[in-house]
Amino acid sequence: MNAIVTVVGQDRVGIIAAVCNRLAGHNVNILDISQTILQGAFTMVMAVDVSASAASFGELGQSLNELGAEMGLSIRIQREEIFDAMHHI
Amino acid sequence: MLNQKEILSTVEMIDQQHLDIRTITMGISLLSCCDPDPGRACEKIYEKICRCAERLVKTGQDIEDEFGIPIVNKRISVTPMAMVAGASETEDHVPFALALDRAAQSCGVNFIGGYSALVQKGMTKADERLIRSIPEALARTELVCSSVNVGSTRAGINMDAVALMGRVVKETAAATADREGLGCAKLVVFCNAVEDNPFMAGAFHGAGEAEKVINVGVSGPGVVYHALKSVRGQPLDVAAETIKKTAFRITRMGQLVAQEASRRLDTPFGIVDLSLAPTPAIGDSVARILEELGLEVCGTHGTTAALAMLNDAVKKGGVMASSSVGGLSGAFIPVSEDEGMIAAARRGTLCIDKLEAMTCVCSVGLDMIAVPGDTPAETISAIIADEAAIGMVNNKTTAVRILPTPGKAVGDTIEMGGLLGSAPVMPVHPESSAGFISRGGRIPAPLHSLRN
Repeated sequence: MNAIVTVVGQDRVGIIAAVCNRLAGHNVNILDISQTILQGAFTMVMAVDVSASAASFGELGQSLNELGAEMGLSIRIQREEIFDAMHHI
Repeated sequence: MLNQKEILSTVEMIDQQHLDIRTITMGISLLSCCDPDPGRACEKIYEKICRCAERLVKTGQDIEDEFGIPIVNKRISVTPMAMVAGASETEDHVPFALALDRAAQSCGVNFIGGYSALVQKGMTKADERLIRSIPEALARTELVCSSVNVGSTRAGINMDAVALMGRVVKETAAATADREGLGCAKLVVFCNAVEDNPFMAGAFHGAGEAEKVINVGVSGPGVVYHALKSVRGQPLDVAAETIKKTAFRITRMGQLVAQEASRRLDTPFGIVDLSLAPTPAIGDSVARILEELGLEVCGTHGTTAALAMLNDAVKKGGVMASSSVGGLSGAFIPVSEDEGMIAAARRGTLCIDKLEAMTCVCSVGLDMIAVPGDTPAETISAIIADEAAIGMVNNKTTAVRILPTPGKAVGDTIEMGGLLGSAPVMPVHPESSAGFISRGGRIPAPLHSLRN
């Protein structure tokens, strides 16, 4: 199952490393990463495959949330379908 | 392929513009629970609701977690209780409300709707018993919502029922006086009630519906407001196009959630209700959308026109996004539940007469309006009759959910908290309507009801 991870917040050293590490810890495979600074805010969007992960979707979300809280970032993971539904016919 | 801009715009809608699914409502038919023994009927009702909806809340939460979209309410609607209770040999319908309340508590839903009667043309004994029990039923339960349909385009308006409902509203306020008259926030009087409405307090599962069904109500005033800011000052057709596109996106999300819930709960998908439902939160207001269109304060001249455009554009955008649209589908204007409406009412710009005009062009009616506690029952009946007439003549659903909280006067505010918000008490006309209401009888259906 594919999902989208979005990370938004103040730029600092090690964001990508920390997020990738956390995802790797859950056996989540990263398919694509794009990262930019948007209106001064660090913004990263990742497409990931969660099918090999032992953690439930809720647990993944919780784990990324905790990492976000530690680093002062907003990190969320959502299933890809919601973006498709909203933006593509 | 998804691009970053699209993804971030969705995240921003959820994070900063209050985009959410307002409700997943499971409709459940209780017709199979009819029993001559009222105690046995109540047991069957409790058992069937719990069996059908035991996974509703958990499934809603799972979808929330996976799609990252808040689902604010999980609710249940049932067959109008007067139809079910009418089969039992009893004068007392309150135990049926208590059974609904227990079932709702067990399932963990926020509300259960369907303590209802449909009396647009006449009342059965069971209908009348149920209506007379509403004040006690709402005082003794926490989660039960009640609705009564008093008119329709095809049948006209049952003015005996309208007169009775004025008194029932007053008695409900009195019976829940210790809770700011909260019972009245759970009681709706309809004309042209719909059978698949997922929104409370007026939801019930119509007799023409399946055994069980999943209906979804979307929301998103904040998203529409934000989108309109990007076309500030441009012609209204540009604004309408912007609203349409936004409504399309919101509804597509609702459709996705509805299908997912339907699949996981093994329950047929019914409809998506395309309503713009506000909340008391800042930035989630229908009134602020109207003001963004260029009105200084909601309620001033031009408000009805702006609302008509908003309502129509929401439908046009939403209708293509869903395979089945139903329910109420239109902009809601519940005063206490909309931060901008509250401000406009407090300022005196938004009055009941203007709200009545606004209900001609939107969904649903005079909703969550606080009036003085000493408002006569006949005046409340007359307000209901006016609203029902608008619905009857214009072939649309209208409703009245009015709060005559005991001891409150113009200038006071009723605090209900949560999604129900707070309502400044609005003045009503002091001149009497008693002579009109005491006539009773029926207002015949309008000529255009003869469409065959």
